Amino acid sequence: MKKLIILLSSFFFLLASCAPTRPQTLTVLTHDSFAISEDVIKTFEAENNAKISFAQGGDAGAMLNKAILTKDAPIADVIFGVDNTFLSRALEADIFEAYQSPALSDIADEFKLDPSNRALSVDYGDVCINYDKSYFAENNLSVPQSFEDLVKPEYKDLLVVENPATSSPGLAFLLATRAHFGDDYLTYWQSLKANGIVVVDGWETAYYTNFSASSGKGPQPMIVSYASSPAAEVFFASDPLTESPTASIVAAGMCFRQIEFVGVLKNGQNKPLAQKFIDFMLGQKFQEDMPLNMFVYPVNKNAQLPEVFVKHAEVAQNPAALSSVEIASNRDAWIEAWAEMMK
Amino acid sequence: MQVNSLNHGDTETLRKKILRAFVSPWLPRVSLWLAPILFLLSFFFLPLSKILILAFNTSALTKTNSQLILSTLGFTFYQATLSTILTFILGIPSAILFSRFNFRGKSLLRALTAVPFMLPTVVVASSFNAIFNQHGLFSFLFPSFILHPSSFILILSAHIFYNTTIVIRIVGNALTRLDPKLEAAARSLGADTFRVWKNIILPLLRPSLLAAALLVFMFDFTSFGVILLLGGSNFSTLEVEIYLRVLKLPNLPLAALLSIVQLIFTLIFSILYTRTINQITTQTAPRFSLANKPKTIKEKFFVATFCLLLSAFFLLPLLSLPLRSLTRLEADRGQRGEVQYGFTTAYYIELLINRRGSLFYVTPIQAARNSLGYASLTVLLSLALGYPAAYALAKPTRLEKFLDPLIMLPLGSSAVMLGLGFIISFGRSLASPWFVPLAHTLVALPFVIRTLQPALASIPERLRQAASTLGASPFRVWQTVDFPIVSRATLSAATFAFTVSLGEFGATLLLTRPEYPTIPIAIQRFLSQPGGLSFGQAMAMATLLMILTTLAILAIEKLRLPNSGEF
Repeated sequence: MKKLIILLSSFFFLLASCAPTRPQTLTVLTHDSFAISEDVIKTFEAENNAKISFAQGGDAGAMLNKAILTKDAPIADVIFGVDNTFLSRALEADIFEAYQSPALSDIADEFKLDPSNRALSVDYGDVCINYDKSYFAENNLSVPQSFEDLVKPEYKDLLVVENPATSSPGLAFLLATRAHFGDDYLTYWQSLKANGIVVVDGWETAYYTNFSASSGKGPQPMIVSYASSPAAEVFFASDPLTESPTASIVAAGMCFRQIEFVGVLKNGQNKPLAQKFIDFMLGQKFQEDMPLNMFVYPVNKNAQLPEVFVKHAEVAQNPAALSSVEIASNRDAWIEAWAEMMK
Repeated sequence: MQVNSLNHGDTETLRKKILRAFVSPWLPRVSLWLAPILFLLSFFFLPLSKILILAFNTSALTKTNSQLILSTLGFTFYQATLSTILTFILGIPSAILFSRFNFRGKSLLRALTAVPFMLPTVVVASSFNAIFNQHGLFSFLFPSFILHPSSFILILSAHIFYNTTIVIRIVGNALTRLDPKLEAAARSLGADTFRVWKNIILPLLRPSLLAAALLVFMFDFTSFGVILLLGGSNFSTLEVEIYLRVLKLPNLPLAALLSIVQLIFTLIFSILYTRTINQITTQTAPRFSLANKPKTIKEKFFVATFCLLLSAFFLLPLLSLPLRSLTRLEADRGQRGEVQYGFTTAYYIELLINRRGSLFYVTPIQAARNSLGYASLTVLLSLALGYPAAYALAKPTRLEKFLDPLIMLPLGSSAVMLGLGFIISFGRSLASPWFVPLAHTLVALPFVIRTLQPALASIPERLRQAASTLGASPFRVWQTVDFPIVSRATLSAATFAFTVSLGEFGATLLLTRPEYPTIPIAIQRFLSQPGGLSFGQAMAMATLLMILTTLAILAIEKLRLPNSGEF
């Protein structure tokens, strides 16, 4: 018995002496589209003697829902991917801990939407109309350059969009029309409807069932997607391509810029490590890793874009502007009015 | 209850009596129910009531909301009724086909009809799309014939595609169990086929028909993925509306109200269902096959027509996935416009490459291993919980009559709402991989219990009594009497749990750990990014899932006992 006690206590002593070198864990809540390269995360883990554990909570909206419901006993220490359409809801629910990251100095002011630095911008992407290059070339059709062009008879039945009530690019496109037309946006949608616009529920269906330039080879040569999608078409082509089969319409006001944010969650477990991880996500290494993993653009000025982005993706000129406060207070009303009108 | 005369005064019998009063019949009953009830309480009733209490608010009881609920309820009933009727139109002749006739390829065709039930909605939706879209299989086979089915027709066909197997199983099983002497007697008395059906078969089949109808109706009633993926949110069922009100147009009080309405209706259907299913088990069960080779021209014509029809309806969507996973559709470089069809194995090869060095990349083998691991745990867990429950249900007392419909309830509750309940009940620990088999067990358990219960009920008590009077220990009684009869039902229950887990998405319920994706999650990941390769890889992954599922179902079919295999 005595031997056992000595054995046990020496075992526990050994365990205890090991404890300082045991890595500390940090839980990061992300949306389902989050991805990262293995070597990038391993670097952070090695440098900080940490183990990062990722938990995915559905799409951006579902993830935020979960974070808000559990804000008193948070399910994670850091959250990645609240976007500007949800930003004020997140800020109102007060789920973030403010953090003045030193990395903020490398980030352009246009992305800093929260002056209190509770939510820090991490990436952005433009939602624009993509078009099937060969369809337009074959039919000698010019590419529409404004919202007003889209309702012209030559573009009848050519555009597929996602339902703003169920899809985030769909909502972004609705917001772009709202920014351009103001209160008359429904009148504009009425003419879009008259011009045979097709509405489907999700991006997947729109892209792979309706869009003519995807491998689904659907009936519509124009789709609401991302400005980076043409680059993804090249990167994920079945056969190597020198040119993307699609391109984006990036004319002024026709795109909506989605900015995604990260933040330290209130009442989280390891604040110093959480802050370090925020610095890391805003830093060059992570920022340069994001484009090919999530097809978004870095906000860090020093981050270099991968070649496939430089060659095949365009950034929107003057994307539509709506404040996140305006979006938060009106989004449900705008969507419901839209849904009522489109019935 | 032991009813002894009170004349025996000695303390020994009194002691026994007191012991019995405590022990029988409640203690064994309660101990049988302990684990399953604890499980359902902690992973279903508590989380669900927690979120409903948190979200429910009398302010939701407005006029506009009640109008919305009524119209949603109306559409839900309408599409479920229509789907059920259509499923029966295909299902009843198919049930006759499988129970009355023998023909080559019967077990394969039977297995085929059961595969869709286990496939995740993403796969079924993309297989329907793979057929009907502009360059799909249909237009490839019949280029001149243009078919653009409306969303509503697609929804209905997907419901038929999913649920015909229920009718085939329940009604088909009842048909094989009918005593052939009854039919022969009626015929010898001069009744024609119509009268035999009208006066003998249909009245005897009534409980099975009702049970099948209720189950199909219940699945259509709570249909979610099919409606959202094929129809869009213009077709709003209760389940879709709850999803919208939780995630997209947040209004939790309204979502809670909708959930309560849906739960009440599910409970009603469950009660009706358990009532009718209990009538079925009391029927006599001859243990020989009634199936013959088709003889008359009429019979041959019937068999040939329905074999063709079923093959076309089930084989086309199922085959479209493997075909698409091996087809290249992209126009060649420099060659604009014309779509080139070509054979490729690139999608399968690419599945093995981690091009981006992604942390969350898994090989298809690993994804399959994750899926299989979760599925095996689900089998163990649902058998461990389902066996005692089915054992208790086999000899129902008032307690069982009360508990029976409650077991079905998880099938009809909104996954989105339950997911919120999970998150507020379990918090951080929800990210643990152990929650995946727990969530899958919630869905698998009703199937497992429904499969085991009739087999356990069919064991005559006198066999057990005879064995124990001959001196067999309880274990030996179980080993020599119960086990041989139950083993096949156990296997088929296990396979059900296994396939339910393979196809169950469950992501809405949990916090997913991206390092351990299952096959359905891997499919979803590929589908969410542009590029021909992504789409092809999704199709390749879906094909792998389909092969796994078909193998599992063929295994059930091979091991099926005539009196088991019901839901």
